[in-house]
Amino acid sequence: MGDILVNTVQIPVPMIAYLIVSLIMLFAGVYGFLTRKNLIMILIAVELILNAVDINFAVFNRYLFPAQTEGLFFAFFTIAIAACETAVAIAIIINVYRRFGNAEVDNIHNMKE
Amino acid sequence: MAEQIIFYILAIVIVVFSILAVSSKLVIRSATYLLFVLIATAGLYLLLNYHYLFAVQIGVYAGGIMVLFIMAIFLTHKPGDTMKQRMSWKVKSSAALAVSGLLISGYIIIKNVVKVAGYLKGDEMSMQDLGHSMMGTQKYQYLLPFEVISVLLLACIVGAILIARKETGNDPKENVKDK
Repeated sequence: MGDILVNTVQIPVPMIAYLIVSLIMLFAGVYGFLTRKNLIMILIAVELILNAVDINFAVFNRYLFPAQTEGLFFAFFTIAIAACETAVAIAIIINVYRRFGNAEVDNIHNMKE
Repeated sequence: MAEQIIFYILAIVIVVFSILAVSSKLVIRSATYLLFVLIATAGLYLLLNYHYLFAVQIGVYAGGIMVLFIMAIFLTHKPGDTMKQRMSWKVKSSAALAVSGLLISGYIIIKNVVKVAGYLKGDEMSMQDLGHSMMGTQKYQYLLPFEVISVLLLACIVGAILIARKETGNDPKENVKDK
């Protein structure tokens, strides 16, 4: 046990450790997306999923192709698109709240009355 | 040595707070836990020597998106409201789905990813290189996606304003009444 602990802090961090972290984050996001009824909670879960994908882009770029920059730029553009998506989604949520009185998904049976 | 310890601390923070963020009862607490996850992710980028990505993560995610979330929560929730849960069989089945997906993907990763332990510890990418590859038009340079993102941002601003504005005077029913 002690040997394992000492080894873990001696060797450089393996790529698989980063991948496992982002994997757990992604499936936490999937779980939240499926179980929650609140629109803002669903949006938070989507943010978790997108963030996990960003970690994967950066890690694959750094570990496998350290001289190139594709993963880095994909992570940038993913962050920008996530910001756009959040802004539009929050506008929609505020509109839903104004129309239905709360921001739960099961109240919205049809898009237009 | 220090780097490994910092990585494992950040990993534990990310795992614990991302699970708490999707299982908390209060929506404002979920947003706070999401903020912790995003900041710890920025720390991972710093460990990978991507300093500009770290700055973007802090500025856009932990700054901009979190402010949007917190404003939206203030606008749509009364303080202290707990959220309604779905029926328990739905919670159980989605938990089973998430755990089985986690196990399958984890098995695939552990089986197939070669353990690239010591990577080439590249230096921080120089700002000049980054600017050249963001603003160039040749191969492996990204001017066109950059411009497309700017158009997308403009469309998002217009769309968000159009969706979220109050519909007064523009409602077709009211117009009919006026005539």
